[in-house]
Order: sequence, then structure tokens, then C-alpha cells
Amino acid sequence: MISFYKPIKKCMLICVCVIASCQFAKAQMENDGIMIPKNYLCPGLMYSNSSWTNYWEGTFKRNNGNLGTVSTKEYNLMVTYGLAKNLIVTAGLPYITTNASAGTLEGQKGLQDISLNIKWKALQFVAGKNKLSFLASVTGSAPISNYEADFDPLSIGSHSRNFTARAVIDYVYGKYFFTGSGAYTTRSDITIDRNSYFTTVLIYSNQVVLPNMSNYNFRTGYRSKYFIAEAIADISTSLGGFDITKNNMPFPSNRMNMTSVGANLRYRFKSFYNLELTASDQYVVSGRNMGQSNMIMGGVSYIFSLKSDKKIPQVNYYKN
Amino acid sequence: MKNYTRYIKLLTLSILILCLAACKKDIIDRTSQYPALTPANEDLNADTWKTVLVADPSVFTVNAPDATNSPAYVADLNEIKGYQRNLSSAQLAIIKYWSAGAVLRWNEILRDLVAKHNIPPYQNLDGSYPAPSSANPFAYPQFPFSNPPYAARAYAYVSAAQYDALVTAYHFKKVYNRSAPYVNDANIQALIPKSSLPSYPSEDAVVAGASVEMMKLLFPTEIAFIEQKAAEEKLYRIMAGANVRGELDAGETLGKQVADLFTARARTDKAGAAIGNQAYWTKLQTQTAAKGEQYWISLESPKRPPMLPLFGKVKPFLFDTLTVAAIRPGPPYSTNSPEFKQANDEVLHYSQHATRENIAQTAFWADGVGTYTPPGHWNSIAADEFVKQNYSEVRWARNFALLNMAEMDAAIVCWDTKYFYFNPRPSQVNDQIKTLTGIPNFPSYSSGHSNFSAAAAAVLTYLLPDRGTKFNDLAQQAALSRLYGAIHTRQDIEVGLTTGAKVGQYAVTRAQNDGAGSGN
Repeated sequence: MISFYKPIKKCMLICVCVIASCQFAKAQMENDGIMIPKNYLCPGLMYSNSSWTNYWEGTFKRNNGNLGTVSTKEYNLMVTYGLAKNLIVTAGLPYITTNASAGTLEGQKGLQDISLNIKWKALQFVAGKNKLSFLASVTGSAPISNYEADFDPLSIGSHSRNFTARAVIDYVYGKYFFTGSGAYTTRSDITIDRNSYFTTVLIYSNQVVLPNMSNYNFRTGYRSKYFIAEAIADISTSLGGFDITKNNMPFPSNRMNMTSVGANLRYRFKSFYNLELTASDQYVVSGRNMGQSNMIMGGVSYIFSLKSDKKIPQVNYYKN
Repeated sequence: MKNYTRYIKLLTLSILILCLAACKKDIIDRTSQYPALTPANEDLNADTWKTVLVADPSVFTVNAPDATNSPAYVADLNEIKGYQRNLSSAQLAIIKYWSAGAVLRWNEILRDLVAKHNIPPYQNLDGSYPAPSSANPFAYPQFPFSNPPYAARAYAYVSAAQYDALVTAYHFKKVYNRSAPYVNDANIQALIPKSSLPSYPSEDAVVAGASVEMMKLLFPTEIAFIEQKAAEEKLYRIMAGANVRGELDAGETLGKQVADLFTARARTDKAGAAIGNQAYWTKLQTQTAAKGEQYWISLESPKRPPMLPLFGKVKPFLFDTLTVAAIRPGPPYSTNSPEFKQANDEVLHYSQHATRENIAQTAFWADGVGTYTPPGHWNSIAADEFVKQNYSEVRWARNFALLNMAEMDAAIVCWDTKYFYFNPRPSQVNDQIKTLTGIPNFPSYSSGHSNFSAAAAAVLTYLLPDRGTKFNDLAQQAALSRLYGAIHTRQDIEVGLTTGAKVGQYAVTRAQNDGAGSGN
């Protein structure tokens, strides 16, 4: 049938890439099983709005009249390129603003961390309606502006250089799929504006060790020719760090854990194949030293071939 | 194919670079780099220096030491030899840590405790706030809440007690004139720089004894930690061959005796009543309103009672309570005046036009919740400088006592001023004023950071004249950080600097007359 073209894909708008401030900071692109074809370029723009009123101070859940509702808006410019049939690269650049609805603390804003992800579809096995793929991805990110990390919960990020390695398994049965992935993120030390700080002891340095992170992401749903509908569960864990003590201020090296669930939709028009719309919602069900945020997200992307002779790609998620 | 292998290589390389960039490095705590204390001058006349509370060193009881040929002393020497035969790396690390100096390390320990306990209590379900109780220190909220006035007082009491204890120890050192273990026995090594100071009673132990006794009162939930530090310090002296156990026991006992004078003073200095009560908090409002002025309101939610409104009544170290009122600056701009509006408009400007430099300066000097407070910051600055001076222990103690008595008295004068005028914060006057750090829960006029910083700068500039304008420059930065952070008006800052400098001058006058000389 149709598919003389490699299985066509989509672009992942929803990327994100280990963004500490934005709590769903997982590159959705790095944890799904979807590719785009070689020599195709897919720029996109994503907007998300995440907000929380309740948060976990250590394991104690509370709100805070001096913060009210803390909201984070993110505008993420992304571009994905198909390097080869089984290799894509994505760059992302988010601009973030934060705000607290109560209290006197000033919201922050700025360009956050530029990121680069490479995703490789290493293996694929097909048997009838069953398709099993193994993917691997690596992501590097680095701050692109001199924003202040030591201003939690309103800082726009942790200002660390991060590196994430992720393994992904993608199983498709007909139009139904399940994708699971696991990742490990190392985070560099950061420099703060103070020259001493208290964690569980007083440390006389402007350098802070941030805990590394692990992440597990599970998504399942329906992939048809024109759309994806999926449910998502995500578990992020700090591999170290310390708890915020009662009524204390947060700090970049806190132990920040979070489990969230969500739903994601991607849609492509029959009449305008190149364009994809994305919408999702993700909600934190449990956490530690984190806000119980709900994030809504919307995005648009446009895919085209860099070779002018090529036609508009067939977009068919389930063929992926 | 070739076409994109080049890209792949390039990308792999960039990712590898990012990967390497994400690698972690060990963090070096600068206090771990301090060298072993090697006094340029042992200050052998320190027994004549003017003390704070001790009237006569000779009234304390320090039993005569064992004769150096007694079995007890020989046993003490054997204890040292036993340790020195086989020191573990952990034990060597203890020696390295404490060799930087007893006064310095106890000052750091105190800063650590201040930071740990500098957390405002969480509200009750009904929106009221519980208060820490020294009678029941482990109940939430634990005692103390070591906010800036509490911390300033804690630093002052510990430093002053250490100083008086060391002066007293010098008296007995001269009386008994016992040589160090490594002098009396050639088989004992000195693992720290040798000292010509008589070693009975031990100056380290006298500092430990005084510090422990003070901190038991000031941080009652931390006694186990404090005792463990003291035990470690005594062990360090034995392992290093610097003291025998008898010298440590005598020093510790003496330190505790001297500290008793200070704990007795602390129990009656009125700090315990500084929190006030609802009637007093209301009176502050009504008496300010009666003057036709807008009064301070807590910007916290739920509204928190003002921080230690009666701290201005606490008994100062450097002058009497009448002087507190005499130093108090004149009133701030009337809250109805155009000058007041103008001053707050300037704060709004800084709030809305925060440069990265201003953000950094605000964060550097913020010293808010969970930190060692502004007086602790000045202790840290002083320690970094004193380390370079090769002071004797007693001069370390004297200089910290001068600094911290000035900080405590600056807190008293500043708090007296704040509650005398009960002046609103910029963010209360104009809710468009957002702050670059947490807003303190007490009135605005005059700036605490400015009072503390100017007082500290006056003392440190006197002690270290070769540093030129360094400390005054730092004080200016600390003070202005509160304008940049949209916490204070320029008037709060300028008046605070002037008042703080006046308080600092009392410490300078004391220093000029305490018999210690310049020591440089």
C-alpha cells in the first residue's frame, strides 16, 4: 500500500527536555516511539501553562498564602530533522515566565536551556499486526541565559548542564500501542549568587551539587493515520538531595520527586498534511518537594521535505 | 550515506561535550582550606585585657595541675602516645579541622545552628502562629527561631563568654606555667604548630567549655551535637600532642564557670520577653495611627505577629539602655508626605528594572530564612579575614567578641527604632512592588542589614586598618542590596548605615581601651 515512503511520522512538539522548573520536563519526543523520515524538517512551537497551589514540603502536603498559585508559562521553539531513516535530531529552546499570585516575590522570566536530542530507532521486529521497536536517545541541555537558579519556586530552571540517556520500547498491535522508557539524567554542579548555603549542614561555597535523576515514562493508546490519542504516566525521581524542612525555603538541590498522569492528542488534517496540532494535559498525583501542578499544553508543527522533488509526506502514525 | 555520517559525527561530538559538561565536581568548602593556627604573637599579657563580665580572673577555681613527674601526668602522656601510634585518616581529619582554631570552629558551629533554626514557625489551623518555647524546646516549633536579633544575641554571648574564659585561662596559665606535652616528653610529636603558651589549663578546652555552656542555653535541642563536637575537640588536642587530658578537664571546667556569668545575664536580659503579646502588638498600631501615620502590617498570609517587637528593650553589652534611646534616629518621612511616596517610587523602579547584577547582589546579601543571618554573614567575612592574621586564640576571641557585641547592640538599637516608628514596608505601601527576596516580617525603618553591616564594618575597619575601605564598601553593598531587592527605601538604608556606624564606634572605643592593642 501507500508506504513506499518510510513510515511517516510526526514531529514532536511537546518535547521539552529535562526542564527542571517546568515540572513535566520530560522530552515527550525522547520518550515516544515516533520518528520522522530522512531529510524532513519539522519546526514547531509549543506553549504550556503549568500551575499549582498545593505542594509537598518534604512529604508534607500544604499550600502557602505567601505564594498563592504558582504558574509557569513556557514557549518552546523546537525543530526536528530526519538525519536518516532511523535517526532524528531535535533541538529546543524554551522561554519561560513564572508568577506567584500572592505574596511579594517577583516572578522570573527568560530563555532557559537549549537542548539537543538524538533519537535512534535501533531495532524493529514485525510479525503480522505486531511490531516491536527498540529506540535509544540521548539529550544534552545547557542554560542559554544567566538566570538565577537559587530563587525557587519561581526560578525558571536549575541552571545546570544536563545529560540524559534513555532507552525506549515501543510495541504496536494494529493501531494500538504501548511505549515504555527509562532514563537517567546527570546534572552538573551549579553556581549560585551566594557564597554559603544550608542543606543539612552549612556549606561555604557558591557551588551546589544537584542530584541526578531517573525517569520512567509509560504511554499507551491509539495511533491511526491522522491522530494519536494516548494516556501517559510519568515517574521522576531525584537520586539524592534533601527535603525542605517545615516552612523553610526550597533549594535547587532538594530531593524532587513526582508522579504524574496525563493524556495527549495529536491531530493531522487530511487536507493539510504537513500541519500537526497537539494538545495535552498532565497532572501530578504525588510528589516530594514539588508543586502539585496541572499542566495544559498546546502546540503546532509543520513538516516538510528539504528535497524539493519530494511530495508531502504521508503521515501515518500507526505505520511508524 | 556519507552525507549524514558527517552530521552524525558532529552531533555525537556535541552531545559528548554536553555529557562531559554535565559531569560533577567535588565541592570545596572554603572553611576546610583554613591552615593550622600559627599565632604570630601569643599575646602573653592577655590576662590583663579588659574582660566583659568577669571582674577578677583569680576568683575562679582551677586546681593546681599534677606534677610532671607524677604517675597521673605520666599516664596522661601515655594516652597521647597510644593515640599517636596509630592515627586513622578520620582522626587526622579531625586534627586538621580543629587545628584551624577553637574560636573559629565554634563560631562556625554556631553559624550552622543559627542557619538550621532560622525558620519561621508554620501557622496553626486557625491561622494563628505557635511560638517556640525554651521551656519545651523540642515541641513544634522548636526553640529557638534564630531570626536576626536572636542570632545577633547568640553570637555576642558565645563570643563574649569565650573571650572572658580565655582571658581567665591566661591568668591561670601564667600561674601554673606548665609546658606542653611535646616539651615535657620528646617521644610525643606535635602534630600542629608548636606553641610557647603554657598549656594548663588548655585554651581549646576553655573555649569548648564556655561554648557548650552557652549553646546549651541558646540551642537546647542541639546539646547532643554540641557535646559531641566538644568531645571531638578535646580528643583532637590529645591526638595532636598539644594537651594532656588533665589540662583539658581543667580548661573545660573553667570555661563552664565563666560561662555561668553569661548564662545568668542572658536569662535576665529581657530577650525572653521580646516577643510581646497581642495587647502590645495592637498598641503598636494604635499609637502609630494616633500620630497620623500609616502603621506596619504583616505582609505574610496568614498575618504573622511582628518579629520580637520588644527586642529593643534587651540589655546591650556596649552601653546602657538609655543610650539605646539616645542613638535612635529621628523619624522617617511621614507616610503622608511626598518624600515618602518618592522614596517608595524609587523602590518600585528597582523592583521593575532588576538587572542581573542587582539580582545577584540581593541574593548574596539576602541572609534570610534558613541562613546564618546578616550578623552571621559578617562573622563569616571576619573569619575569612582573621584567618590571614595569625591571631592567638585569645585575640580571635576578643575580636569576635567586639564584632558580635556590636552586632547585638546594633540589633537592639535597630529593633528599638523599628518599633518606635512602626513604619510600613514598600510592598505594603504599593502592592506593585515585588521583591527579589523574602520580605521580612517587621517594620521597615531603619534597615537591619544596614545597621548590622555598618556596625560590623566599623569594628573590622578598626581591627584591620590595612584593608582600607573594604569593609565599608561591603557594608554599602549589603545595604544597597535591600533597595535593589525592593525591601527598603533609600532612607531606611542611609539612616541604618549611620546608626549602625554609631553602635560600631562603641565597640571601637572599647577596643582602644581593652589593653589588647592593635595586634597587627
